[in-house]
Amino acid sequence: MAEDQSMEAVIGLEIHVQLQTREKLFCADVVNFGAPPNTHVCPVCLGLPGALPVLNREAVALAIRTSLAFGCTVHRRSVFARKNYFYPDLPKGYQISQFEEPLATGGQVPVRLEGEEVPHLVRIRRIHMEEDAGKSIHDRFPEATAVDLNRTGTPLVEMVSEPDFRTPEQVRAYLDQVKRTLEYLEVSDCNMEEGSLRVDANVSIRPQGVTELGTKTELKNMNSFSNVEKALRVEISRQIRLVAEGGQVEHQTLLWDERAGDVRPMRSKEESHDYRYFPDPDLPALELSEAWIADLREGLPELPEERRRRFVSEYGLPEYDAGVLTAHRSLADYFEETVEQTDDPKESSNWLMGPILGLMKERDETAAELPVRPKGLASLIELVDSAVVNRRVARQVLEKMAESGRGGAEAPSAIVEEAGLAQISDAGQLQSWVEDALAAHPEEVARYRGGERRLQGFFMGEVMKRSRGKADPGEVARILGQALKG
Amino acid sequence: MEDPGGGPGNEQTNGGGSGLSRALARARAVDEGPEGLNCFLSLSQALDPGGEEGGGPLAGVPVAVKDNICTLELPTTCGSRFLEGYESPFQATVVRKVREAGGFVVGKTNMDEFGMGSSTENSAYGPTRNPRDPSRVPGGSSGGSAAAVAAGVVPCALGSDTGGSVRQPAAFCGVVGVKPTYGRVSRYGLVAFASSLDQIGTFGATVEDAARLLEVAAGHDPRDATSARRSVPSFVDALDDGVKGKVIGIPREYLTEALDPGVATSFAQARERLREAGAILRDVSLPHTRYAVPTYYILAPAEASSNLARFDGIRYGVRALGSGSTREVYEASRSQGFGAEVVRRIILGTFALSAGYHDEYYERAQKVRSLICRDFRRIWAEGVDLLFTPTSPTPAFPLGERVRDPLAMYLSDIFTVTANLAGIPAVSVPIDPVQGLPCGGQFLAPPWEETRMLAGAAALERSYASDGGLSHG
Repeated sequence: MAEDQSMEAVIGLEIHVQLQTREKLFCADVVNFGAPPNTHVCPVCLGLPGALPVLNREAVALAIRTSLAFGCTVHRRSVFARKNYFYPDLPKGYQISQFEEPLATGGQVPVRLEGEEVPHLVRIRRIHMEEDAGKSIHDRFPEATAVDLNRTGTPLVEMVSEPDFRTPEQVRAYLDQVKRTLEYLEVSDCNMEEGSLRVDANVSIRPQGVTELGTKTELKNMNSFSNVEKALRVEISRQIRLVAEGGQVEHQTLLWDERAGDVRPMRSKEESHDYRYFPDPDLPALELSEAWIADLREGLPELPEERRRRFVSEYGLPEYDAGVLTAHRSLADYFEETVEQTDDPKESSNWLMGPILGLMKERDETAAELPVRPKGLASLIELVDSAVVNRRVARQVLEKMAESGRGGAEAPSAIVEEAGLAQISDAGQLQSWVEDALAAHPEEVARYRGGERRLQGFFMGEVMKRSRGKADPGEVARILGQALKG
Repeated sequence: MEDPGGGPGNEQTNGGGSGLSRALARARAVDEGPEGLNCFLSLSQALDPGGEEGGGPLAGVPVAVKDNICTLELPTTCGSRFLEGYESPFQATVVRKVREAGGFVVGKTNMDEFGMGSSTENSAYGPTRNPRDPSRVPGGSSGGSAAAVAAGVVPCALGSDTGGSVRQPAAFCGVVGVKPTYGRVSRYGLVAFASSLDQIGTFGATVEDAARLLEVAAGHDPRDATSARRSVPSFVDALDDGVKGKVIGIPREYLTEALDPGVATSFAQARERLREAGAILRDVSLPHTRYAVPTYYILAPAEASSNLARFDGIRYGVRALGSGSTREVYEASRSQGFGAEVVRRIILGTFALSAGYHDEYYERAQKVRSLICRDFRRIWAEGVDLLFTPTSPTPAFPLGERVRDPLAMYLSDIFTVTANLAGIPAVSVPIDPVQGLPCGGQFLAPPWEETRMLAGAAALERSYASDGGLSHG
């Protein structure tokens, strides 16, 4: 449609991230996903009369690390405020958050789209701390809502971007980058299904070239990155269609309905809150020392962008490999530990990008969880290098390592020994397999000699079959070549 | 009535177990019958002291505790229907400290619902009567604690003071009432009314009784982020320091036409006694005083509207069942559970914080609050050691007189709210009665200067004692 070309979408994101602390933000209850309902609660997070919040320094440290990693300015002074609203899973009738004076402001996140050389910079407006609410469970009992307060008081950071996205693809790339960074920081497990990372989006459209923003809608209830993308596509086309038909976009909150693949308005009763923010008088302003902030900055790990650049410069890897390998901190660690042993970055990278990623996918494990450890992989690569096994057999050995849970440096040679998988280079043995294979297929031999050179592969396979895959392919090719000449 | 000034504290201090049973018997006696004082909402069932064995500064001392301070054995109702029978699963830090110091909790005392009131008439469990004149109010909101001390049930009691709720009832009942510096005593376990103003305070039959209990109650508590990391000096040891050579300011804004002539006379005599005791009196001005009551009645309800949101009927307290939606459960539970004054303040506070009015009311009140603080800082910087004012513009008023006139009731706090807004310590100490009704003088001190302040109060107390004590009616 012509209209589509003339309109652009403007998207901003709010991301809530649960911080992985041992204890809750304002009390000593242990944060625990999946515990029986209402077992990790105390007078403070239950909001019992007389209970008072006390700030958890560990959560502050994680929030500061997060802010620094996204290039934000961490303020020496920030203020906790009460966001007042009634909801059954909000025991105090207010959420402790930060409003006018947030922890950090003004950061940026480099976002790379495939095929684009220069990363697109997304500005971060603010990062603030707040406590999570409990969970309302509507589908457990007919006619009743159950409330589980285990999650109440879990520390969160909310990260608000500027409306710097124009396409759902940019949003997706940003989310991947944010998640990657959070994983590198080890501040959150970023599990969207368990709610440890939640994404809301503000969406509006405007004619290309116009700088004012259109009326936005707020999109909620998207429980995976791909749902965020889908919901954005649906909402952008809805707005464009609406305007094309002469309608106007209404400011409202929309819920993504995954089953219907569509958005639906939240009941108006559920929105239009006046939160009556004011500074929480139970908590003094959060004053941070320059020294502590500096310490935390010092302690930041190498972040994904830096590591990716280093993988290119230090190991000479192609951009693509570097991107894949640094997508997860544990995979990048795995790679570096492997290279430390093999001293062969490209070969190590090939193994990781192929068989190891395959295993991870098949077993649904992270690189850190994989039973095959980098030292085990490195010795396997050495066995290939020293022609003890060929590549094909090496992959079998890798499978066996994963299955048996033997992943250490000793495992590959032990498995090769036990299963008799060592490569056979003995010329006499190879000669007899070759002769046997040619004798069994006189017709093909004749065709080959008649010029059908591509039958070379067929004979290779026949010899390999006879050796159960253990024949040294280089040697076989040499002997086969001579025999076929004959 | 027994003479409340006659030192029941001294009598009971060494009583041990018998001290508890005597206090309990006395509590039952004063509260007995339709004309009873109604000081207590619940009484200890314990037969032995319940406090820690052995010594401790409060060994064997019976202590009454305001019903908005959480205790383990007795209900904590805050004088509200909403929390009828509510038992806290934890105890307030101050209660733990009292017990560890050897004291024991006799019972929980009556109060204006959630601390909102100046007469204890806003209790869901009926008003408390003034032991000095049972036709009159004991003041509030800690009226039950003040009356229990005045009636000789206990030598000392815990209250809470958000805008004068310890000092005004102390004045009305003829006892001593201390509101310490904000942050001096842990608020953990005090059911919040207005968190930035609330402070637990102590009552005593004498300055010494109040000071001893305060010394036990005070100190940093890791469970209260607003409690100060400061060592606690001995308040009792400082009582002999006197006022000789101390500069005591008399703020002229407190001597308004609202001041009852009898109270004015009594106050003038007290001032002369301080002069005789060696104090240097100075006329001073705190120009923003007149904005204190309006400021207070914006900030306190604003915080209260949020603090009381937790009383929603979902987890504890009154839950009105029947009608369907969650919203209806909230509305019905809160309507049934809260009294008229609480509802009024929640509405006021919600309004003051709401979009469009937030800047005009809440923000502006915060600015005025900082001006009031600045007034005090300037006075201290000018070399004033203490301020001395009347505690309340009038003596105790008759039951029912102001209950339908909230504005008249709010003006009872006119001299006391400034200390809460500024976070400074203040004490009310008995001065000459007016037509047989007790009357109080108030000392205000710079932050953390409770010792100097209590020494001033003790000096005045001694001045009256040396003339044969205060005559009551």
